[in-house]
Amino acid sequence: MTNITLVNTLVSASKLTCIREERILFDELSFEINAGDLVQIEGPNGAGKTSLLRILAGLSRPYAGQTYYLNEDINSCRDEYNEDLLYLGHLAGVKCELTAEENLNFNLRISGYDDFDTASILAKVNLTGFEEALAGHLSAGQHRRTALARLWHNNSRIWILDEPFTAIDKKGVEELEQLFIQHADNGGCVLLTTHQDMGIIKDDRLRKIRLDYRFV
Amino acid sequence: MKRGISFTQAFFTLLQRDLKIAIRHRGDIFNPLLFFVMVVTLFPLGIGPEPQMLARVAPGIIWVAALLASMLSLERLFKADFSDGSLEQMLLSPQPLAILVLAKVLAHWILTGVPLIIIAPLLAVLLNLDSNSYGALIATLALGTPVLSLLGAIGVALTVGLRKGGVLLSLLILPLYIPVLIFATSAIDAAGMNLPYDGQLAIIGAMLIGSLTLAPFAIGASLRVSTN
Repeated sequence: MTNITLVNTLVSASKLTCIREERILFDELSFEINAGDLVQIEGPNGAGKTSLLRILAGLSRPYAGQTYYLNEDINSCRDEYNEDLLYLGHLAGVKCELTAEENLNFNLRISGYDDFDTASILAKVNLTGFEEALAGHLSAGQHRRTALARLWHNNSRIWILDEPFTAIDKKGVEELEQLFIQHADNGGCVLLTTHQDMGIIKDDRLRKIRLDYRFV
Repeated sequence: MKRGISFTQAFFTLLQRDLKIAIRHRGDIFNPLLFFVMVVTLFPLGIGPEPQMLARVAPGIIWVAALLASMLSLERLFKADFSDGSLEQMLLSPQPLAILVLAKVLAHWILTGVPLIIIAPLLAVLLNLDSNSYGALIATLALGTPVLSLLGAIGVALTVGLRKGGVLLSLLILPLYIPVLIFATSAIDAAGMNLPYDGQLAIIGAMLIGSLTLAPFAIGASLRVSTN
């Protein structure tokens, strides 16, 4: 569908249309995301940012249009796509009944990893000393960090993150931004939504896709 | 960073997690069991203590109570995972969804089906069940309750996204439960009359094999629809 170029396109959207509650959130939206891209989806509340991310992750189906992974429809290569994809929704996927360590252990194992050291990964998100604490007893920020910890042990190239900075303190946000830049430099791509200003990722590095609230 | 988790390891990881969560949330295990015990013990008070009459209705009471108890516990199967986002992570896991779903259903059966099988013979004593029928009672429950969990999970997967899916869930799955109920009670009745009941058992066994092989795919597909 495209001519072969040197640019390494990981994910592309072709004429995506999304309708929710009889309102068109976006229509005929097309873009390409290449290795090395840091992309922010911008827009006011209700503009369809989360819907777009869910469609790109393959969790929702668009009203019309396709998502391609390496120029192949994601519905026909779901296993390969899932292996190369890390999606974190605004629901963290952390179980309150399990400890931080058990949560991370489960999240990594269910993604297929089996050689990791939970203590050192949790140390990277400043949760040393909380390994044995039930996630339900942690603060909102620590809860979020438990979910984000899996970013530090991951070899998927496509990261789709919905509001990753929610409840994270300033220093934590900086560490995450550094991680995103490092990930993009290593040939990955990051798609994220946030309403916070980012300090480390400069505007010339960040690509923005703008969604507007439509009254149709 | 290598990804060396096999299908069986993924299966047991999820099974272990679900059992661990249930053990830390003990009320969830006892509620359906308590319901089962209450229904069965209240019946003799309601219909009178005549031993012949009780023995006549015992298979039906035990099975109806087991069926309702299993339905009562179904809704929690995917609800918690759906509302905290773990379900999305499972859908996006590189592991086959049918295997993960099967692990969840097995965990549910261990927590709700197995206690029923263990306690049912004790309650059968209260109902004066014919002494020849105990083997049939245990055999039908052992073969039948996994079918209830598997079929029920399809209904739960379809309704997990709805805020008040309870009524719809019963409407969806009760008709599917009826064949199990008919063959199970008929097997126990036959055993009480010293007749062979392996025909009925074979049919329940066939239902078990059928649902064990097909239900995980149906549950997986339903979950994808529900999270859409």
